[in-house]
Amino acid sequence: MAERSFKAQVEDLKLGAGQTFTGEGILAITKALLESGVGYVGGYQGAPISHLMDVLADAEDLLTDLGVRYEANANEAAAAAMLAASVHYPIRGAVTFKGPVGVNVASDALANLSSSGVTGGALVIVGEDYGEGSSIMQERTHPFAMKAQMWLLDPRPNLPSIVKAVSDGFDLSEASNTPVMLMVRIRSCHVTGSFTARDNQRPKLTVRDALSNPRSDFNRVVLPPMSFAHEQDKVKNRWPAAEAFIRERGLNEHFGPNDAPLGIVVQGGMYNGLIRALQRLGLADIYGATEVPIYVLNVTYPLISAEFLEFCEGKDHVLIVEEGQPEFIETQLGSFLYRAESRTKLHGKGLFPMAGEYTGAVMLTAVEGFLKQAAPHMLPAAVRAPNVDRPAIPDLTKTVPIRPPGFCTGCPERPIFAAMKLVEKELGKHQIAADIGCHLFASLPPFEIGGATMGYGLGPAANGAFDGGGEKRPVAIIGDGGFWHNGLSSSFTNMAFNKSDGVAIIVDNYYSAATGGQDIMSSRADNATKATKNPISKALNGIGITWVRQIDRTYDVAKMRDTIREALTTPTKGPKVIVASSECMLNKQRREKPLTQAAIKEGRRVEAPRFGIDESICTGDHACIRLSGCPSLSLKRLDDPLRDDPVASIDQSCVGCGNCGEVADAAILCPSFYRADVIHNPTRWERTLARFRTRIISWLQTRRDGRRLAFGAAE
Amino acid sequence: MTLHPTFDPVLQDPQLDGIIKLAILAVGGQGGGVLTGWIEDLARANGYAAQATSVAGVAQRTGATVYYVEMAPAAKGSPVFSLMPAAGDVDIMITAELMEAGRAIIRGFVTPDRTTLITSTHRSLAVSEKTVPGDGIANGAEVLAAADIAARRVIAADFDALAIAQGSVISASLFGALAASETLPFPREAFQTAIAKGGKGVEPSLNAFAAGFQAARDGVQNPVASTTLPRGEEVTGPAKLLFEWSTLVARTNRLPEPVADVARAGLRKVVDFQTLAYGRAYLDRLDQILTQDRAPFDLSRAAAKHIANAMAYDDIIRVADEKTRAARMTRIAGEMGAKDQHLLHVTEFFHPRAEEIVSLLPARMGARWAANPRRMALIDRLFNKGRRLRTDSLRGFLSLHVLGGMKGWRLKSLRHATEIAHLEAWLATALTYLPQNYDLAVEVIRCRRLIKGYSDTHARGRSKFDRVLAAIAEIKDREDAADWARRLRESALKDEEGKALDGAIATIRSFA
Repeated sequence: MAERSFKAQVEDLKLGAGQTFTGEGILAITKALLESGVGYVGGYQGAPISHLMDVLADAEDLLTDLGVRYEANANEAAAAAMLAASVHYPIRGAVTFKGPVGVNVASDALANLSSSGVTGGALVIVGEDYGEGSSIMQERTHPFAMKAQMWLLDPRPNLPSIVKAVSDGFDLSEASNTPVMLMVRIRSCHVTGSFTARDNQRPKLTVRDALSNPRSDFNRVVLPPMSFAHEQDKVKNRWPAAEAFIRERGLNEHFGPNDAPLGIVVQGGMYNGLIRALQRLGLADIYGATEVPIYVLNVTYPLISAEFLEFCEGKDHVLIVEEGQPEFIETQLGSFLYRAESRTKLHGKGLFPMAGEYTGAVMLTAVEGFLKQAAPHMLPAAVRAPNVDRPAIPDLTKTVPIRPPGFCTGCPERPIFAAMKLVEKELGKHQIAADIGCHLFASLPPFEIGGATMGYGLGPAANGAFDGGGEKRPVAIIGDGGFWHNGLSSSFTNMAFNKSDGVAIIVDNYYSAATGGQDIMSSRADNATKATKNPISKALNGIGITWVRQIDRTYDVAKMRDTIREALTTPTKGPKVIVASSECMLNKQRREKPLTQAAIKEGRRVEAPRFGIDESICTGDHACIRLSGCPSLSLKRLDDPLRDDPVASIDQSCVGCGNCGEVADAAILCPSFYRADVIHNPTRWERTLARFRTRIISWLQTRRDGRRLAFGAAE
Repeated sequence: MTLHPTFDPVLQDPQLDGIIKLAILAVGGQGGGVLTGWIEDLARANGYAAQATSVAGVAQRTGATVYYVEMAPAAKGSPVFSLMPAAGDVDIMITAELMEAGRAIIRGFVTPDRTTLITSTHRSLAVSEKTVPGDGIANGAEVLAAADIAARRVIAADFDALAIAQGSVISASLFGALAASETLPFPREAFQTAIAKGGKGVEPSLNAFAAGFQAARDGVQNPVASTTLPRGEEVTGPAKLLFEWSTLVARTNRLPEPVADVARAGLRKVVDFQTLAYGRAYLDRLDQILTQDRAPFDLSRAAAKHIANAMAYDDIIRVADEKTRAARMTRIAGEMGAKDQHLLHVTEFFHPRAEEIVSLLPARMGARWAANPRRMALIDRLFNKGRRLRTDSLRGFLSLHVLGGMKGWRLKSLRHATEIAHLEAWLATALTYLPQNYDLAVEVIRCRRLIKGYSDTHARGRSKFDRVLAAIAEIKDREDAADWARRLRESALKDEEGKALDGAIATIRSFA
């Protein structure tokens, strides 16, 4: 079950024609899919579209009622390959994943799909993970659309526009026999707003029906000579059909006056940012009515030469607002102007920075710069000649610490890396390759374990060059999400086949945790529609890896440390794999907290553990924190003139995972940690025993205190 | 709360008057999403068009996360809202942690012409602040001072503590502060309705809301969250001991004023550690320093502090004593919220090594054993393993109680001999510098701060101490020797491995 539940919101997906839908972008997209008569949906989770997968999973009953098949695909390649159903059958299909990394994984299937062409509308919803909040390399999905000739939609970031783009996308796909990508940026996925709903449509042909009436046509197979025909078909038929459709339907939009000496061309997704800049310059009102002509590219590929040239007619200056690099759109539009022998001057990169997000400040500066060149008279006086003293705000950049993401309180991965750190102290530094997932946080302080990641499921594969072995063994870390996504085939069969002498540690936290806690093959949960509870170790044995150590409680730091040491030092040849399993604490807490509270209320016996630190024993060296980094393990300044350094302190967010005690023990740190178990609803026998113990203990304490001075303790 | 009424706005956009821009900067897990939802619902329920956005993804795993809301009266159509806050263009900035307020200021989201900054003053320390072996906590006062300059108005309080006191989370108390700030055109009741509509944990949320509202409207005494605990000074015990204690306290009262208060704290610590006689020995040592000191008595003041720390070293006996005191159990029960109807189990984590065992032996015997690797290996085999003791059980309590009572034995132990020898060598070193460089002597005294922790950590501290003192010896004749000594000590506290210290020592060597 995923971290966030959309069960309540899923009710909104049943709204009928004329009713108002209010909610988040991803829910709006789901509703639009149903209104478009989609026949099958799928995808692979990852920010910013993780929640779209969660919504689909939570809406599975509704989907089934409508005759829509929902598939939680094994990875993005599997999701894209699923669109094959739209090649021969007139069924609309949609899949979703993050871009560009998901598109990278899916590219093989996407290219084949594009070559074959589609009969039913095929939509790939890409969550473009770019700019603030992004967790991946900063690249664009755009060139994938260009190289495979899929059409790319980038609608204005409001709910009505996004919803319209979904239905337009299907129509465009069918009109041009080409799969279409719908790109939504990080914030668009989570932007809230309203739109007027339409009735949900059952697919005209369901996938079940299609199975009863199978079709095939060798002309669609990507093999010579058909593949050459596909290329010609793309250029001669599908592309012109798409252009005609885009113009006729008016998918791109025009705002502002027709006649002006200047204009701005903007990617749909950047429209609101542009309007805000114009608003701040006094050139647009709050509803977006503006004095500057704006050509909005809701379709960023293909670009329509004629439409663009019409826009440029009579304009001396045109600014292109295109986020990211390289500047594909600007280059293409420049080439249109050049071929048309136009005298319109093109502005874009230069005024805008080549790399990085177009934040409010970047947009304002660039648009202001453009207007200063193109039409200085349009700018308000205050912009033309700023004359206001701003007070100097002290520079805090040296004061404020950075706050990168890290392991949550009680995370089961923390003890794994604490153990690795202890082994490192014994055996020295090792070559370590990491994968994608929460475990990658271990590359940051305090652990600083691992220095590179090559992609999802590719951690052990990234150590391929070292498979031959040497004096020390290479270590790879991979999560259970990565293992099932691509790791089993790309990383572990690679290790097994090449007789790698390396070590791989699989962090098995029962979920695809970093993407929001979705179930995967080895999840321990019961899932009505998915096959869970398939142990990773069994899969490893299946591909011939025999040195496998299963650890069922990662919090046992000493055992973890000894197992890692064994893997690094055993004379056994071949791959050595440690499967370190404990449930993601975020999900565990969410699952168990209500149960625990109910149990306490019902009078059942419950032990609630939490850790604490004796501040008089802690010496303030913080060695424990360097092996933990837990949010609940923090520092506290003491009001004691004899102490200089703050002491460690555990706040009430501690979930009693046990890591602190284990690390203090395994690393032989200090005796200041203690675990306190509060026993709710103790048994009568326990109470009697406790009374007896307390009486003796109190007597001993009073006796000793009677022979010495007692100093008022901290109160 | 700071107002800058005289400051003129840079740009006034009459067409924009309608849009209210509100940003929230929170640490993952603080409920920023819930707060955003309330604000949105509040706006929509009161005739406003609203749009909220957030940045999802890994930042939500304990990183810094931004939420953003825009709203405008829903009259003539759909306003075009921006999806992210822009520098210089935020009306209300809510930060759910003090350093996040600093981050908001750095990012330009807090400007004197328009921004009301609502911030919690509590700290959620970043990893980089916590891992420093010394004191790496960022300076919160600097952020508050900058906020006073950067914001049009500042509303600051420990909204986290206010919420926790009501059994709720900070999002609710911040929502209360937002209502009290009167920056949104909605009455208090409308805010409460938004919470009630949310449906989850409504009552604690409303209580935290009220607490936040009041703190924001009436202000609070101490805006910087207190991370310190006051220490009681009450002394109890048998009359005879109390009388002796009062004579020792009288001795400290006769000390020069800058030394007296530290000496009293030091005296308390060493007497608590051992006996009144041991306290007398402490004061005698301090007197020796004092005879060579002069006003303003920096040397004696530093000595009073560090001699006490050195004499009350962290041995097993002390730990066992601390762990078995009656006050401790009461304190733990309070912290853990254990009431009469509950039972409390307390588990301690010990891992004695041969070194610790041998250090308890009589000095000469212990030294002989410690020098015999085979014997040490044997002891390690017998004792070196993690031991968990339940101090609420009789067996666990008794073993520690007996150990904690071995104070008479302690003074004969190897550990005591080692510690006292180290103490005297250190003081002697400091005093040799005294005639030629007073400040250097003070700095050497302060180097005692480097020795802390147990087992490996303790050994590492010792070795840093030795290296710093050796490096000081090399530069003792320089005029700026004291300054370098301070830098060496501070660099030794910067990181665990002593990289910064290596650098500082390399610099010193380059002088030669």
